[in-house]
Formats: sequence, structure tokens, C-alpha cells
Amino acid sequence: MQFSNFQEFIEMGGYAFNVWSVYGMFLIFLTFNLYGPLRKNRKIIRDLKRRYALNAQVPPMSAGTDSQSSPGSKTTEEERT
Amino acid sequence: MDWTWFHKWGSPKWFYELSGKWLPWLVGVMVTCLLVGVTWALLFVPQDYQQGLTNRIFYVHVPVASISLAFFPLMAMAGTVFLVWRMKLADVVLKVAAPLGAWFTALALASGSIWGVDTWGTWWVWDGRLTSLLLQFFLLLGVVSLRTALEDSEGAARACALLSIVGCINVVVIKYSVDWWNTLHQPSTNFTLATDQANGPEIWVPLIFMIVAVYLFFAISLILSTRNEILQREKRAQWVMDLVAKS
Repeated sequence: MQFSNFQEFIEMGGYAFNVWSVYGMFLIFLTFNLYGPLRKNRKIIRDLKRRYALNAQVPPMSAGTDSQSSPGSKTTEEERT
Repeated sequence: MDWTWFHKWGSPKWFYELSGKWLPWLVGVMVTCLLVGVTWALLFVPQDYQQGLTNRIFYVHVPVASISLAFFPLMAMAGTVFLVWRMKLADVVLKVAAPLGAWFTALALASGSIWGVDTWGTWWVWDGRLTSLLLQFFLLLGVVSLRTALEDSEGAARACALLSIVGCINVVVIKYSVDWWNTLHQPSTNFTLATDQANGPEIWVPLIFMIVAVYLFFAISLILSTRNEILQREKRAQWVMDLVAKS
């Protein structure tokens, strides 16, 4: 170990700002880009559930027909997150 | 030659289901490598005789920066597959890769700057590598803006694919800039197995852990975003309705 006590570890030989801001940004970057999509997944499923329930009166498409969506099916404003 | 595997891979449903099975394993390996890498880098790597303890930044900056160079090649390949074979999934990957690439590039630039402020004595210099990496950041933001400006249409998909292919030229510049021009950013390094060398295994083994961890993170984040985009695009498909009903 390069440090004899915790205080030295935090100080990083005078480079505390440099090292800890980089590792801090790294942690934020990881969290945002892992937790973000996971949370969005749950939100999408929740919204779809609601949407399907609202459309329940309209007969759904038959199982044999796969989605005809083009590469960029226009999403409504509420879905554009 | 039997190409059914290629078209099977292009099925959004197949991708969604398979990636769902692989994700826990990928996350497990990523977290392990990350913990080993970060602990080793922060606590055990000997300090540099010139830079002191700022060499810890090396273990974040290098993996993030080198993986940020993978985005344009990935997007160019996805774009080409989309343009040639009309594979929907390829366009999904193309769409979600761009913002993630911007994040990677931004972190590479920021970590490099913060490292340089005390070791080089400056936050920024118009060095070959720094300038071309900054250009990559703007190009990625450009791809994202292009997608939004053309309202995520068929035209947007084609335009983004073309810009991604063109953007690969910049990646060649970034990679070789340190060999072509003798400006500030250090040249490429050779890592050796000999322990008495300046860059022996105690320096580069933690780097391997960090590169694996960040690479897996790249894959995981990309997969998660791709899954989300698939759900939104395929919302009228039966398999999505069944999935939502089950959850």
C-alpha cells in the first residue's frame, strides 16, 4: 500500500483535487449511464402498460403480423424522453 | 453459405431476449474488474517519480479515452449494415451509440485536462490528439442533433449513418496524431513483462482490469439503451405486448 494512513490517502500527495474529481466524474458517468437506462426501461414498460389498457377497446393487431415500424417510427410527444 | 444467423441477429425480439439473459453475467464481471482495478490503482500502484500520485488518473483516462475511439467504427459498421441490408436493429444501435460516445469523449477530455493542469501546467493546448478528440466530441453531438433535427425519420437514419462513416477518418487522426506530430500529448507506450522496466506489470496489470471493466460497461450501457429503443419502436408488436403484460 502506498499510504500509511487514511489522511494520506485522501490527500493524494497534494493532488487530492485532481485525483478525486476525476474518480468522482467517473463514478457519476458510470451511475448515470447504467442506472439511467435501467430506470427508463421500467418507465417505458409502465407507460406501455397504460397505453395498451387505454387502447383495449381497439382490437389488437393479429399475432402473425410483426411490427411494421420503419427505422424511425414517430413517437408522440409524451414518449419522447 | 447460410446467412440465417445474420438475419436472426437482426431480429429485435431475439436481441431483447438474449441480451436479457446475458446482462447479469456481464454486470457481475464488470463490477468485479472495476473493484479490483480501482482498488489496485488507488492504493497499490507506486507513484510516478515526476507526476507523483496523479498517475492514478491514468487508470480512468486511458480506458475511457481508448474506448471512446471505438464509437465511430461501431456506428460506421451499424450504419453500413443498415444502409446495405436495411436491418432495423442496426439503426437502433446507431441511434443509441452516439450520446453514449459523447459521454465517453467528454470524460476522456475532462480527465485529461484535470490531469494536465498540474502535470503539464495547462488545462488545454491545441495539441494534435486533444484537438482531434475535441472534434470527435463535436461530431458525436452533431450525430445526435442530426437525428433530432430530422425527427428520427428514415432520412435521419441515413444521414447519421453517412456522418458516422465519415467520422471514422478522425479516429485515424486521433490514434496516430501522437506519432505524426511531436506536440504535447505523450507518444504511444510499450508495456513489457519485465518487472525492472519503467512500465512493468505492476503498472499495466491494473490497467488491463480497468480496460476490461470500462469495455464491459460500454457494452452493458449500449445493450440497455438498445433494449429501451427496441421496446419503443416495436410497441405495436405482439411480443412486446406479451412482455409488458407479464411484467
